[in-house]
Amino acid sequence: MSLVFYAIAGLTVAGGLAAMLLKNTVHCALALTVAFAGIALLFLELDAQFAGFAQILVYIGAVAVLVVFAILLTRGSETPKGGVFSRNWLTGLAIAAGVFAVLGWAVLGSARALPGPGGTPTAAPTVTVLQIGNALMGRYVLPLEIVALLLTAALIGAVIVAMHEKEGAK
Amino acid sequence: MQETISFTPQLAASPITGILWLIPTVPIVASGVIVLLKQPKRSTAAALAIGSLGFSLLLALVAFAHVVGAWMHGVAARETVNFTWIQVGTAHVDLGWVLDPLSAVMLVMVALVGLLIFIYSIGYMAHDENFTRFFCFMSLFAGAMLGVAIANSLLLLFMCWELVGLTSYLLIGFWYQKPAAAAAAKKAFLTTRVGDIFFLLGIVWLFAQTGTLLFYNNGGGSMEPLALGGLLAQPAALGLTAAGAIGLLIFAGAAGKSGQLPLHVWLPDAMEGPTPVSALIHAATMVAAGVYLIARVYPLMAAGALTGGTTPALTVVTWVGASTAVFAALIAVAQNDIKRILAYSTISQLGYMMAGLGMGGVAVGMFHLITHAFFKALLFLGAGSVIHGCHEEQDVRRMGGLRADMPLTFATYAIGMLALCGFPLLFSGFWSKDGILEAAEHWSMAKGPFYMLVFGALLTAFYMTRQVGYVFFGHNRGSKDAHESPAVMTLPLVVLAFFAMALGLIGTPAWPWFRAFLDGRAAGFDWHGLAEPGLLALMGTSTVVVFLGLGLGWRLYGDRSPKPKEPDVLEAAAPLPWGWLRDRLYVDELYGVTVIAFYGWWARVADWLDRRVWGGAVSGVAWAFGLWAQLNRFLDNNVVDGSFDKGCDELASGGGLLARVQTGRVQTYLRLLALAVLALALMLIWSSRA
Amino acid sequence: MTPLAGYLLVAALLFSIGLAGALTRRNAILVLIGIELMLNAANLNLIAFWRYGPHPEALTGMMFAIFSIAVAAAEAAVGLGLVIQIHRHAHSTDLDAMNRMKG
Repeated sequence: MSLVFYAIAGLTVAGGLAAMLLKNTVHCALALTVAFAGIALLFLELDAQFAGFAQILVYIGAVAVLVVFAILLTRGSETPKGGVFSRNWLTGLAIAAGVFAVLGWAVLGSARALPGPGGTPTAAPTVTVLQIGNALMGRYVLPLEIVALLLTAALIGAVIVAMHEKEGAK
Repeated sequence: MQETISFTPQLAASPITGILWLIPTVPIVASGVIVLLKQPKRSTAAALAIGSLGFSLLLALVAFAHVVGAWMHGVAARETVNFTWIQVGTAHVDLGWVLDPLSAVMLVMVALVGLLIFIYSIGYMAHDENFTRFFCFMSLFAGAMLGVAIANSLLLLFMCWELVGLTSYLLIGFWYQKPAAAAAAKKAFLTTRVGDIFFLLGIVWLFAQTGTLLFYNNGGGSMEPLALGGLLAQPAALGLTAAGAIGLLIFAGAAGKSGQLPLHVWLPDAMEGPTPVSALIHAATMVAAGVYLIARVYPLMAAGALTGGTTPALTVVTWVGASTAVFAALIAVAQNDIKRILAYSTISQLGYMMAGLGMGGVAVGMFHLITHAFFKALLFLGAGSVIHGCHEEQDVRRMGGLRADMPLTFATYAIGMLALCGFPLLFSGFWSKDGILEAAEHWSMAKGPFYMLVFGALLTAFYMTRQVGYVFFGHNRGSKDAHESPAVMTLPLVVLAFFAMALGLIGTPAWPWFRAFLDGRAAGFDWHGLAEPGLLALMGTSTVVVFLGLGLGWRLYGDRSPKPKEPDVLEAAAPLPWGWLRDRLYVDELYGVTVIAFYGWWARVADWLDRRVWGGAVSGVAWAFGLWAQLNRFLDNNVVDGSFDKGCDELASGGGLLARVQTGRVQTYLRLLALAVLALALMLIWSSRA
Repeated sequence: MTPLAGYLLVAALLFSIGLAGALTRRNAILVLIGIELMLNAANLNLIAFWRYGPHPEALTGMMFAIFSIAVAAAEAAVGLGLVIQIHRHAHSTDLDAMNRMKG
């Protein structure tokens, strides 16, 4: 457990907490970007360079920008009168805490039983982009095509859902 | 790492076979481009569609010439290019295309007729605001149909087949604002789906038995002796072999597409589409796809036949075809819509093709398919020209005397009509129909189909004479200012009329070029082919029949001008049978009270179950809780004092407790979801501990 | 604590933060953000298991994560489109105010 890991993990969790706690929605979106970047760094720390860069491209480059757009389009940055949290927020918090308790308990309890050299880091596997490309075009070509189709459908669907209904259109 | 897609031609194919895939692809790509065009880009859309199909025609002609060249040198040309599409473990699904006489002939026919109809459509659809959409669909259809023609795999054929069905649906419903058109499109789609289900079952069965869906694959395909032998050894139910059963399933699909009994009901309604669509899809090409399919899988249908004998599958094909031929011809006699007459005539002629396949083999059925494609496309386009000239009038009783107003349309229509009737010697329909009749006469199983087909020929001549008499003779009973169509519409008519006459030359008994070509034999020219006594007698018979039909029709309908309300001549003579025929022998009504009524009944049962049983159970629970609360209140009020009233109210609302979960709030649902996941996770962890 | 357990704990923490946000915030966009955080936490798990699992050369976990990222992008696009449409319809992104099931 290196210092770097603790620093990045702290940054990520802090970003996530801020994204969920801040009052101003735009600030939330910025904090979310920090959390995404932290996760990308964690990916890099795990020797998953490709996934890390994909994370940066997709989440910071696209999703975060989309979120900011949505906030500005819906004037969501204004703080509502009744507070930013819903009425029975305590229940939600309790449930989330329960989930964390179970997850943490499971992780700590089963750390010994995990397969492989979970305790001692092995030599970093060298995964080149070439290998990933080959895998995507070879073994995983069908999922790849399906994801491409899904993305197209989602793109069209999102456009149609968000499209202005024309007044008096047929 | 294993490659899942490999592209390995398994045979050193000639260059033209290597690029055969371009023939269907180019129109499909063109349709993809047209779909992106804006509505006003009319000429671009038309140019793209016509240009791409023209390119396909060019390639098809080159391919045809290649096959003919190989055949001239005595080589039975059949070149295939196959590749693996999906590989799962050791099983793999192959696709591929084939160039042989059958596919070459079909390619040229589809591309040529399609191109002429495209050109015609420029004129016919000139005033339609959705001109670009029309050409987009038409182009897609042409590509898919060419795909059906070249497919060397039952799966690829099925894909294109469904694509063709889709475009047919889109084009029948092209004027979707008309409720009738929308309904007709739905009907066509659903009815052909019935056949396609059986077709798909046949495909799956064939794949399960032979492990391949390729037709030809250097001895390893499903239409080659090795696989067929295996299929014949495999018994299925009712005394059929697996080959016969699969053949029948595939025939069910073909019957749906080709409007054979009892799945013909969609084809007359399909005339709600624009007339070029009727000509291209519902007369010349798509409905013939079923016939082509049977010709493609003919080795399977004929597997196990002894010399001169027949197989159960082919017997079924023959009887269905012959019944359809007579049945539809009968109905055509009593129709008044110019396009519906032609629609029933198409069904009837498709029946002839099926019967020809069943009794005479591939060449006989295919010859009629090709000639029919040309003269029926001609008739439909002529009808379109008439409808166009008469300002969208379709009822033949309100036309008349058009031979003076539309001379070119009349001349070409007359040629098409004579070809359809089988007018002796000059017209292609005579030779192709005679081929079928000859096969029927020599059929060893029964004589029934022969008499049915001869009777059908008589009816054909009769109803076509009736139609032409109504439309072109007598005096005009409808709009006064009928006009000839523009040259862009009449030119295709002239070209088609030429083919309607000239095509007969390649299939006469004296020079049976077409049959020899398809069968891979040498063709010789021999006058004596005409002079066989049996053949002469047959030709005499059919000539007499045709003249009988023409004469009878002319006697009853020629040059007369019935008044608008006057009943038909035959109606006056025999009102009851006429009514049956006019109402299309009540097949639609039969389906209405059986299949559709069954579904309606089933839907009502489901509805009733929903309302009474399930809904009743729910309200029963609520009612029980309510009762329980009432009881409590009663006890409270009477036994205990009012101090417990509050508790009683609490109980009374117990019935509504479950309903409270449904708050409509997203986060409540999310919360419950998280709780459920939590519970599941705990259960999993605990169970793994135990 | 092993490195793997460390990553898993961070992922669990992020997941719970996201879940808490999704369960308690009133703004629909922030609920979506919470869901994105949960998805990211799951991706972190996948990558961690891939890295410390017995067969890192098989790339399975990595591929899973990559596809999951792609699907999340689709989900975000559609979700935000829906939020915008809801805002246009109800003039609010407040989930507490939205409890009608129709119209």
